[in-house]
Amino acid sequence: MKNSKVLIYDGSFNGFLTTVFKAFDEQVQIADIQKNSAAQRGLFSETETVFTQMDKAKRVWNGVQKKSNSAIKNVYFAFLSETKGIELLLYRYIRNMFSTTDMLHLNFTDDTILKISQLAKSVGREKHRMEAFVRFQLTQDDVYFANIEPDFDVLPLISKHFRSRYADQQWLIYDVKRKYGLFYDLNSVEIISLDLKEIHTNSIRKSDAFTGDEYNYQDLWNNYFKSTNIKSRINMKLHTQHVPKRYWKYMSEKKEAV
Amino acid sequence: MSFERIKEKLNILADAAKYDVSCSSSGSKRTNTNKGLGDSSGMGICHSYTEDGRCVSLLKILLTNHCIFDCAYCVTRKSNDIKRAAFKIQEVVDLTINFYRRNYIEGLFLSSGIFKNPDFTMERLVAVAKKLRTEGNFNGYIHLKSIPGASDELMREAGLWADRLSVNIEVPTISGLKLLAPDKKHEDFTKPMLKVKNEIIQYKEEKKVLKSTPKYAPAGQSTQMIIGATGESDKDIMYSANHYYKNYNMKRVYYSGYVPVAEDSRLPAIGSQVPMLRENRLYQTDWLLRFYGFSISEILNDKHPNLDIDVDPKLSWALRNLNNFPVDINTADKRMLARVPGLGMYSVSKILKARKFRKLNWEHLKKIGVALNRAKYFIICDSHQWEKRDLQAYQIKGMILQNSQGKFRKNYSSQLSLFN
Repeated sequence: MKNSKVLIYDGSFNGFLTTVFKAFDEQVQIADIQKNSAAQRGLFSETETVFTQMDKAKRVWNGVQKKSNSAIKNVYFAFLSETKGIELLLYRYIRNMFSTTDMLHLNFTDDTILKISQLAKSVGREKHRMEAFVRFQLTQDDVYFANIEPDFDVLPLISKHFRSRYADQQWLIYDVKRKYGLFYDLNSVEIISLDLKEIHTNSIRKSDAFTGDEYNYQDLWNNYFKSTNIKSRINMKLHTQHVPKRYWKYMSEKKEAV
Repeated sequence: MSFERIKEKLNILADAAKYDVSCSSSGSKRTNTNKGLGDSSGMGICHSYTEDGRCVSLLKILLTNHCIFDCAYCVTRKSNDIKRAAFKIQEVVDLTINFYRRNYIEGLFLSSGIFKNPDFTMERLVAVAKKLRTEGNFNGYIHLKSIPGASDELMREAGLWADRLSVNIEVPTISGLKLLAPDKKHEDFTKPMLKVKNEIIQYKEEKKVLKSTPKYAPAGQSTQMIIGATGESDKDIMYSANHYYKNYNMKRVYYSGYVPVAEDSRLPAIGSQVPMLRENRLYQTDWLLRFYGFSISEILNDKHPNLDIDVDPKLSWALRNLNNFPVDINTADKRMLARVPGLGMYSVSKILKARKFRKLNWEHLKKIGVALNRAKYFIICDSHQWEKRDLQAYQIKGMILQNSQGKFRKNYSSQLSLFN
């Protein structure tokens, strides 16, 4: 029997897919798949670093997609959950899928499959939350700017939504936790990283990075938010269930509550 | 523009519009093709939630709260002594666009008090929508209120600019309407509804021939009823709702627990509790009718004119029809699975897929997310353990209530709580 190996990849989704390709191609006995930033040497297994190769990643992507569209979506979404050990779980998921012709990804009695579909669902929920909770502030140089701090790495998933919605304005959404952002320049979206001096939460303190009208509109919005509440139906539990407190600091209507 | 003045108007006119329940922003198919602002082709988005737990998806305001009518249930009725205000058309357009650009909202829900006459009012609502679409290049969601009594021509134009149209029927029974809104006739409500329904049918027909037929109210029409203002039964309400679903192709009927806004001997007094639990039960029934394959007479009929307060309508139906149970999870058809208390449509779909691979047992069902505390009395699965006692309906109900918690329980429990 061959020794099992720990494969190390660069942390990107394509890197992961390349690793899966290598494992299949060379019939590697996998002990674990780890990001290079968080690699831990196993006591009894050797390690090998895998370099991302787009053509190989693409082949795995196409292979899974051919099996099922919802499966490839599950794989991608679950990967973005950044859950510890997700790589190995996904590797098993993909391996099981290729081992039979059945629509195995619908077998919700299997622990791995159920777990992947639940993780994918959580990431999907976070994506939807970000589409809802992003609050743009208009900067002096005419860019609609927002900071976010999502539970999962959902920026790649929300790009298309914002691109088709705000086609006629420049916007920038920056993930302060993962330190990168999306910038749309009226033509296309690119990934950027910034050296942010301060994190622009929607605080009561005004910053001169933003236009004066910006604060007037925030004021109007906060007023609207208060007026549209029906006091005799108050239900704070439901309120925080829908808008968990960890998101409040980036939402202008909640800035007084933070 | 003067932000202070706008702020004052916004407070008055948002406050008056908040009793409209609908905040739906889904179901439209308006894609951003012209590199303009906005896109409403996806699912609806709730951008925020107020402290009463309701979704904020649209900028929901009145154009004005001046009104020539005196409907007892309405906060803007002419005899009510409140501050009045009116927006200019351009002000509504600017507000909508600036809120939309900051990702606060999905679009606009514009309603209005009736000033001068219905057509004069409707004309202005249409003008706002038209301006947003043509000058603002706006593809966001627009929901316009059809003003009772508005002419067919205006309703036709409204649908060309708006995504959804709605007339609130408000009082579920014609006799109730006579009592509370003596100036309004039932036909004033149904006439614009009928026009919109026919236009939508016509649009769908024409689109088959000519793909570029201009869209007409792609998200359909909806209506709303006040609950608990005139002493109608749940049966009255749901049969009425069913009527509007069937005869006017409503996308949604909303139920709004009456919030007392006036001292009036015809209505519950100010300070009486909003019937939120009843509202909740009505929505549950609405869902059973639209998604779970129930027919209205199974849930409400002359023998059961009102919904149970302590258990949900599906459980209540199951307890009355124990002869249909137990259901075998591994063989039952979709229709019957959907009727098991504790099974939602998501669970049903997962069960149907998973059972192709193996027979399901309690452990599987639990992981899939079935509410077993309710379901276990009504199902058998791949296990020798199931409820073998010959339990009566009241015994099952007792056990379910004992082993569960409901958020409204304190409203009807006769037991005193030890703490607090």
